[in-house]
Amino acid sequence: MVAPTQTVATVDLLRWMPLIPLLASLINVFFGTRLGRKASGGLACAAVLASFSIALYIFWLLPATGIFRDTVYTWFESGSFQVKLSFQVDALTAVMLLVVTGIGFLIHIYSLGYIGHDEGMIRFFVYLNLFIFFMLLLVMGDNLLVLFIGWEGVGLCSYLLIGFWYQDHTNTIAGNKAFIVNRIGDFGFMLGLLLLVTELGRQGVWTLDFMELQKHVNLLSPDKITLITLLLFVGAIGKSAQIPLFVWLPDAMAGPTPVSALIHAATMVTAGAYMTARLHFLFVLAPGTLSLIAVIGAATAFFAATVALTQNDIKRVLAYSTVSQLGYMFIAVGIGAFSTAIFHLFTHAFFKACLFLGSGSVIHALGGEQDMGKMGGLRAYLPTTYWTYLIATLAIAGAPFTSGFFSKDSILWQAYSRPHGSTELWFVGWLTAGLTAFYMFRQLFLVFHGQCRADDHVKAHIHESPAVMTLPLVVLAAGSIFAGWLGAPEYLWGSRWDQWLQPTFGGLHEAAHGSETDEINLTLLTLAIGALGFVFAYFAYGRASKLPDRLASLAGGGPYRLLLHKYYVDELYDFLIVRPFTYCSRWLAQVFDPEVIDGLVNAVAKGARGFSLIWREIQTGNVQHYLAGFLAATLALLAYFLNQQ
Amino acid sequence: MVPLDHYLILAAVIFAIGVIGVLVRRNLIVVLMSIELMLNAVNLTFIAFSRYLGSMQGQVIVFFVMAVAAAEAVIGLAIVISVFRHRQSLDPQEMQLLKW
Repeated sequence: MVAPTQTVATVDLLRWMPLIPLLASLINVFFGTRLGRKASGGLACAAVLASFSIALYIFWLLPATGIFRDTVYTWFESGSFQVKLSFQVDALTAVMLLVVTGIGFLIHIYSLGYIGHDEGMIRFFVYLNLFIFFMLLLVMGDNLLVLFIGWEGVGLCSYLLIGFWYQDHTNTIAGNKAFIVNRIGDFGFMLGLLLLVTELGRQGVWTLDFMELQKHVNLLSPDKITLITLLLFVGAIGKSAQIPLFVWLPDAMAGPTPVSALIHAATMVTAGAYMTARLHFLFVLAPGTLSLIAVIGAATAFFAATVALTQNDIKRVLAYSTVSQLGYMFIAVGIGAFSTAIFHLFTHAFFKACLFLGSGSVIHALGGEQDMGKMGGLRAYLPTTYWTYLIATLAIAGAPFTSGFFSKDSILWQAYSRPHGSTELWFVGWLTAGLTAFYMFRQLFLVFHGQCRADDHVKAHIHESPAVMTLPLVVLAAGSIFAGWLGAPEYLWGSRWDQWLQPTFGGLHEAAHGSETDEINLTLLTLAIGALGFVFAYFAYGRASKLPDRLASLAGGGPYRLLLHKYYVDELYDFLIVRPFTYCSRWLAQVFDPEVIDGLVNAVAKGARGFSLIWREIQTGNVQHYLAGFLAATLALLAYFLNQQ
Repeated sequence: MVPLDHYLILAAVIFAIGVIGVLVRRNLIVVLMSIELMLNAVNLTFIAFSRYLGSMQGQVIVFFVMAVAAAEAVIGLAIVISVFRHRQSLDPQEMQLLKW
């Protein structure tokens, strides 16, 4: 399990990558309105472009076994415990950097068109740049604390952007929900972090630095590692929307669509997968945690996919699809195939961003309509959007030689063949692949094919989006095909991907059982179920058919309603957690606080007052009474002193 | 010759009468007069000891006391007059504004 020696070099350029978006964000905060909308939007895009250029340059410089570091300053130190604000870039971070800044840049450009007429445009770009800053902190931090700042920061930006249109109260509530559910996960993350530090500190090693942690991880007992990784994984569950904390992500779609694409599909929600990959040296020592991760990932992938089958909101389908795809990533993490997980993260970023931006283009064209029941036949009106959407749909459905095909099949193959994997995991993933193909093509047919079901007023205004919006779509669609070619299986041209990440994840590649023929056969099986999903979707939605209604009324309509209402999870949480919690809070606020807390304070005051009321009677204001007191005291003193002699 | 204790007893009696006057009388002028009575009782004690011990110090102090008493009487009467003008009464029981 020893990682190959990695060379460390200092590169001062690194700090500028997060710093530039932060500066742009601050400039827009203070001078945005003075700069004007065009200039501030341009500044925001230019800042991310600058970061992207640096990321490309770093990527070009970085040798496969190298690590670049940039220590800005020592944040605090106490004895031998030192925490520095410093950045590091290794192979894993380099990949994340390219995803965050590259896709971030495309989505910034897209936002110029999407949000350009909104009165909150400058605020939007402030948040978006701030998000890029925090996300870069998250992926570049060389210790857990810097990662944690980024982790909390992206959560904040997510909250701000979900509630971006705050005039609508439901958006604010969705933002609160995302923030609060994330807090639950973050709490686990923080406990795990503290436990890790104190446990290592008990062994005499006070550090949060990833490289140091990796060096000293063998000092920890297996029980403690299991506990630490479980707590850290709670954080990942919250951030990456896995069962049971996935409920915030579908509601997060209340935010503007570019936000859904950038934060709630391509980057932030993958932070959980990134964190587990970054701490892979801990997780591989906790097989119990890993199998739990795999099970939760598989369960999430499957259940989210089934919910996506019935949703009618174009963005909600994509949201559940994202949850499902994140489940795939955690299957890969759970079987120890970290580089495959990151590979799926990479390809998913392209096709899911493309899908979200495409849906944004559709919503934009229809003047804010999100109900797929009022779409249809948009292929003729929105040709560029249609073709890019089709490509991304093919990619997520796993059509041959698209990026989703390579990454998903890689996960399924690893799930089948790795020692930690199992046939059951593979089977759930395989079934989900079929569901994915079905719900994605259902969406494609409902939105772009058939008759247009929009009313005439909307229909008259349908227009293809401007070039600033379609250009990112085209780039992302190209990525949806070609990004996966880096990680082709051995029977094709082999994976450059695994070679690239191998120094980071060390000799984690366990011998897989099963031959190349098995792999090809499994791939064919996956293709078959994907095709089945497509055919099914075609017959149900690709042409006029009674099939959807018949399916909906199957078994008295019970299963359909169950899926349509997302297994009633929100209602369940509302009943089990939210209501008792608000009830208790209300009791505390309306009964306990005024009666008991205030009562105690007031009782003290009243006691003091009552006591004083008695004693103030001796202050009569009558000088003769005082003089009598004088006399008495004088006589008493006299008696005392005379007695003494 | 009158022995010393006669003087002292007389002075103590006058002093006690003064004290009681200060404490119980309902007229400020009488209260002031009672204070004078107390001062003079003390003066008498000083003089008696001065004569008995053959020292002039006691008599010197008495002059001081008389000077202070005169000043005190002037200020006291001035206050009494202004209080009376203000409240048409000299009963110390009614002067109890200085309390909470």
